[in-house]
Amino acid sequence: MNIELHDISRVYGESRALHSLNLSIGESVRVLALIGPSGGGKSTLLRLLGGLEVPDTGEIRIGGKNLPKDEAGLLAHRRANGYVFQSFNLFPHLDASSNVALPLIKVHGRGESEARSLAQASLERFGLGAHARKFPAELSGGQQQRVALARAIVSKPKLLLLDEPTSALDPEMTSEVLEVVAELCRDGQEIILATHEMGFARAVADQIVFLDEGSISETGPPDQLFDRPTHEVVKRFLGKVMRW
Amino acid sequence: MTHFFDRPLVKKALPWLLVFLLGVSFSFFLFVLLTHDYHWSRVGKYWGNLVRGWGLTIGLSAVALLLSTLFAAILTAGQLSRLAPARWLSRCYVEVIRGTPLLVQIMIGSYMMANALGIDNKLGEGMVILSAFSAAYLSEIFRAGIESIPLSQRISAMAVGFTPTQTYRYVIIPQTIRRILPATAGQFANLVKDSSLLYVIGLPEFTSQAREVHSNSYAGFAVYLPLAIGYLILTIPISLWTRRMEERFRYEH
Repeated sequence: MNIELHDISRVYGESRALHSLNLSIGESVRVLALIGPSGGGKSTLLRLLGGLEVPDTGEIRIGGKNLPKDEAGLLAHRRANGYVFQSFNLFPHLDASSNVALPLIKVHGRGESEARSLAQASLERFGLGAHARKFPAELSGGQQQRVALARAIVSKPKLLLLDEPTSALDPEMTSEVLEVVAELCRDGQEIILATHEMGFARAVADQIVFLDEGSISETGPPDQLFDRPTHEVVKRFLGKVMRW
Repeated sequence: MTHFFDRPLVKKALPWLLVFLLGVSFSFFLFVLLTHDYHWSRVGKYWGNLVRGWGLTIGLSAVALLLSTLFAAILTAGQLSRLAPARWLSRCYVEVIRGTPLLVQIMIGSYMMANALGIDNKLGEGMVILSAFSAAYLSEIFRAGIESIPLSQRISAMAVGFTPTQTYRYVIIPQTIRRILPATAGQFANLVKDSSLLYVIGLPEFTSQAREVHSNSYAGFAVYLPLAIGYLILTIPISLWTRRMEERFRYEH
């Protein structure tokens, strides 16, 4: 996916969310997982990569090009990529089909009927064909997240950014959403995923980045990072979360 | 020792006592209305005046309703604007209008402002004053409605690539409408009723006509009862219409 971070910092008022981050992700990496304790900077980094926020210092280069900082450039960047949050992704006043189709029509310039059939296909792919006319409030949390995924990928994004997409779900729904994400990974979709699901990160990711207190403690391929962590913080964190 | 109102018997009996009291008051009210000796015949030749006044109230309210909505939208945009002077100006306007009685505004608007501008058109003045008054209340309803939409909706809209305008058009406004319908309908009904105060500048609307008929015919309640019913005929449909709109905009079942 060819991403480079040079000296990236992000400050919210008094607190530093990211501390001069430097990172280089090679072309061979298709799925990148961000792990680490809550408040470590995973979401902030995703927001910067997705163009939802601008870093206070530093440059992000994706595919050799600097990520723009002006509103028009950021808009174009957001339109080229897909994004799924932890929860409340969907527009509650629109049914599943419209949630997927509306951005296609208004942002990507598709015709109404073309957008509808693309939306239907995308929903069917994730096992939601029968729920197209339902409103978010009529869907389970897992179904809502799958609709959000269907909406994020229907415009064929270059990068799919997932910010803890299963953190608000129970184990059963979590696995139904991870199933879908795993399928996207198998299909070659480039994904950056922030997650607390260590087993899943290990299974799908080509590279893991461990973020703690706004800095990268360690990064490497999953087997290396999970089996032979070198950084003390990473060892302690993995020891804690893998214990049960 | 349990509190008096927490005792089981009292707890059971209290709602029924309230229903009973309400029933008695209502019956008394009906009794007064029904047994009153109305002088319907005295209204006789004046029915036309009442109907004309009613018609003027309808027309006046309809125009003021549209004008005030339009003006309220501008005020709301001002209140939510990134430009500080726009925010201050709209805020000041809303506070001044909400902090003074409509009757005073009507007199200042008509006798001072319109006079100073050399305008002598009671109907126009009435519509503008009423719209200006109602817009302040409407804009507060609109603003609170927009601000009640969670930030996550804006961020989601941003993430799917909507521009700020598209975010308002397709995400914020549709959800806001559903939330503000009841309060907006209430304000619309208020506007219809508040138009009755325009009798003070001699605008021959419904209430003004009723007062005149009353003093000419000595018909007493025979004038005021149709007056009340005339307003109800206008305000009840507003309330019914909102119920239907609420149904239409419902998305959480």
